[in-house]
This record gives sequence, C-alpha cells and structure tokens, in this order.
Amino acid sequence: MVTIAAPEAARRAPDEAALTSVFEIEGLSAWYGPAQALADITFDVPKNRVTAIIGPSGCGKSTLIRCLDRMNDLIHGFRVAGAVRYHGDDILAPSTDPVALRRQIGMVFQKPNPFPKSIYDNVAFGPRVNGYTGDLREVVEDALRRAALWDEVKDKLDTSGLALSGGQQQRLCIARALAVEPDVLLMDEPCSALDPIATYRIEELITDLARDYSIVIVTHNMQQASRVSDHTAFLLAGEERTGRLVEFGRTRELFTTPRDQRTEAYITGRFG
Amino acid sequence: MSASAVPATARWRPAIAARRRRGRTFLWLCYAATAFGILSLAVLLGDVLVKGAPGLSWDFVTGFPSRLASRSGVLAALVGTFYVALIVVAVAFPVGIGTAVWLEEYARPGALRRILQTNIGNLAGVPSIIYGMLGLAVFVRALALQRSLIAGGLTIAILVLPVVIISSQEALRAVPVSLRHASLALGATRWETLRHHVLPAAAPGILTGTILALSRAVGEAAPIILISSIAFIAFLPDGLLDQFTILPIQIFIWTSKPQEEFHAIAASAIVVLLALLLTLNAAAIVLRDRARRSARW
Repeated sequence: MVTIAAPEAARRAPDEAALTSVFEIEGLSAWYGPAQALADITFDVPKNRVTAIIGPSGCGKSTLIRCLDRMNDLIHGFRVAGAVRYHGDDILAPSTDPVALRRQIGMVFQKPNPFPKSIYDNVAFGPRVNGYTGDLREVVEDALRRAALWDEVKDKLDTSGLALSGGQQQRLCIARALAVEPDVLLMDEPCSALDPIATYRIEELITDLARDYSIVIVTHNMQQASRVSDHTAFLLAGEERTGRLVEFGRTRELFTTPRDQRTEAYITGRFG
Repeated sequence: MSASAVPATARWRPAIAARRRRGRTFLWLCYAATAFGILSLAVLLGDVLVKGAPGLSWDFVTGFPSRLASRSGVLAALVGTFYVALIVVAVAFPVGIGTAVWLEEYARPGALRRILQTNIGNLAGVPSIIYGMLGLAVFVRALALQRSLIAGGLTIAILVLPVVIISSQEALRAVPVSLRHASLALGATRWETLRHHVLPAAAPGILTGTILALSRAVGEAAPIILISSIAFIAFLPDGLLDQFTILPIQIFIWTSKPQEEFHAIAASAIVVLLALLLTLNAAAIVLRDRARRSARW
C-alpha cells in the first residue's frame, strides 16, 4: 500500500493517518545549559492509545516526556526549540499557561510520591485547587476505582498515603492524577521502583486506562513497552548524549520487523 | 618473585582484635566528650541553683529592683524580656521565613542569590555587640526611637534574622523536590504548592530553628547594653516607646555591684532566666511535634 520511500513517511506506520493525534511533536530540540539533550524529534502521539518511549539510559526519554507538560520549565537553564502541538496549540509557546496545561495533562513519576497526607486528601487535592464544585467524595471514589485501588483502601481513606505499599502508592498517584479528569496521562518509568507483582498490576491498569485516556509511558523495560503500548518511539544518544529519534511505529512492527538496524540491535539486547 | 610462591593466608593480616580496639578507643573518646559537656553543665547549673535558690520567692518574681538586695525583684526585667521576645517573633519570623521562601523557592540561581546567601551566612557570625551598635545608630538615633522597647526589640530581631533565614532555608531544602513536582503536575500554582505542601512539610524544621534562635535572643545581653539605659528601671513598659530592661541586663547590673547580697540575687535571676529558656524550648518541641503529626510522613 505505502509506496513512498521518503524518510519522513517511512518512519510512520502505514495506517497512522487514520488515527487522530493528541500531540504533534515537530523538530523538538532541548538543551540543559550548553548540553543538548534532544535533537530534532518528530512524531505524532495518537489519541486514546498507549505510546511508549524507549531507549537506553541518558537518551533523553524523560526530557522528552517532560516537554509534554512543561515540567522542564522548573529546571534552571533549560531551553527548548521546535514545536509540540496539543490539540493544535503549541504548548511550548510562551503564551501557554503551564498551570492550565498540567490540569489537562496528568503525570505519574518514577518514584511514587504521594503527599504526606491522608489517602483521601491525596486524591482530593487536585479537584480542590482546580475549583471542582461537585461532590468531592464521589470524585475520590471514582478516581480510586479507576486506579484499581478502591477495594484496598475504602476503609482507610483517613490513613496516610505513605502507609501504603510501593505499588499501592503508585496506584494512589495514578488515582490522584485521574481525579482532575485529565485528557492525557504521562508516565515516567512508573514501575521502575516496584516489584514484579506491583508492576504487573500497573501494566494491567495502563491497558484498562487506554480506553479513556491517551497515555505516554517512558520505560527502559522493552518487555513492558511491548506488553502495554500500541506505538513505540525508540530514542538513542551518541557520545555527546543528545537523544535522537531512531524509529517510531506500531509497537508490534517495531519489535518484530524493525526498520533500523540500531533498533534491532537494541531490542535484541545487543547493546544498551 | 611471583606472589603465588607465598601461601595465600600469609598475604592477609586481618588483625581483627586491633581494628576492634581502634573502634572502642573512638567510642571512649566520644563518651569522654559527652561526659565533659554534661558535667560542666551540671556543675554550672548546680552552682547557680545553690546560690540562687534561697533568694527565689514569689516576691522576687513580682518585685521591682530596689537599693536593698533583699527587697529586689525581677518583674521589670522579666516583662521586658517577654516583650522583646514578642517583638522578635512579630518581626524576625515573618521577615526571616519570607526571605528564606524567596531564596529557596523563587530566586533564580545566579550572582544575586549567591551574594545574598554569602552575606546572610556572614551576618550570622557577626558578634552581637555589632548589632547593638547598629541598633544604637539606626533605631535609637537615626529613627529617634530613643532607648525604647521597640528599639531593643528591633535590634534583637535583626540579630536573629540570619539564623532564622538559614534554618528556614534548610527546612525548605529538606522538602523533597518530588513533592513539589507532584503538586505542580496536578495543575496547582506555585503558591498553592507552597501553601499546601512545601510549607506544612517544612514547618517542624522552621519552628525548631526559629524558636531556638528566639531562646538565644532572649539570653543576649551585649547588644541591649548599648540600647537600654542601664539605669534603675522600677516600672513596667506601657508602650513600645517606653524604657525597658531585660533579664540578662539585670543580672549584669547585679553581678557588677560590690555587695555579696546582690551576687546572690543575680544567681536567682539566672534561675528565672533559665526557667524562661526551658519553657521556650519546651514550647518549641510541642509545636514541632504538633506540626509533624499534621504532616503524615
């Protein structure tokens, strides 16, 4: 079907055009002071799908995902060029309010980071600051159910979020992010601090959530990427530590018939 | 020549007994250091209590100084100390905590922040008498506040300001960055993040540091010697512009008198001052524990 061999088109999966995208990343480059962390990244993140960003340590995966909710703004000396369009608007433009943006785009971090408050207050904080006027109890219960945590915590909503196990804490963080009814969920290596069973539960949850949300997940675990994601972006950095996009495509195709030999080398474990 | 010629065991000298001995020696040095500190404190306290206890009475606490040691009391100094502490709390705490928040949470790293930080560090080490001279020049003379309660209170407030700033900064720095990220990622503003997460998490540390700074301030005599008229103060200050005295000054005055009886009541006044300091420290611990409980780490 696809006959054009231009490199731009070759990077895309054949039926990509049929999917609407939530982010259009175009020519994205990023610097920490003088050090360039990302160079000319271009790909579209499809809506209501799970997109994995994989690559070895230091390839700029986290930098890339943090560009999507402007969390890099907090880092002194961080600079970015190119465009990230979210529903058509360039979120990197100075006129974009990061506070309004982050309310739409939830984020789950590498290490579970619940607030040192009750489970209830952890989940209720987002709706509260964002001026939710409905029934908070309902929102909290709904978010905890979506995060598959409700049954475990419904009788102890008053205890500290930090009293939960690591995996439960991470699901609490997911519930907290879901409580503000975001459009996108960004997950920066959400399982790297968890044991295999907790990891399995989070992966199950990601698959469930993909029905309602667009999810971008950074992972250094290729099995995880192949299990949970529909699309995968593979990043690689050379000696100079500048991450570049090697390949983006449907996960199944990228893992079974990679177009770039570096992708093949990475997924078969020949380097990393 | 080759190492394998030597039997393997000969190349190792574990000397575990000697290594254990070194550890024990260090432990004993630590015991000795601790004992030295505690013993000297105990001797000092014992001495003050033995000398001061006989003079302690309700009349002593509620009386004014007199020409006769037997009829003297510390009320004016006690109340003066209390008011000075109030002024320090009202001035140094908000200004100090505000400065710390700006430096830690808002100021961009750069030359300005570095210069400020270095100078605040240096100011914390400036001898307190220098602050007394500053207070004398600025508050007493330039602002024409005279030798008043407010001039003394402001001087002490400025004296403890660097300590308040530094201890608050440390408390803020101890709050994990991940907590700020969690809040910001939910669409909270900077202020909401500070108000709901960072400040409550830093509160126990800020309280401990600042209340310890306050108890140090309450024991300061040097700067106030320059500010308060070391005269005979036999009345309570009615307003901020009234003359005043504080416990350390009263103690200083009594110990510099030639008569033995005054030395004895100076010891009694020291006991009163110590009781006040211990009360303040106890308050610090209670407040800190309460703040800790409200954050459920």
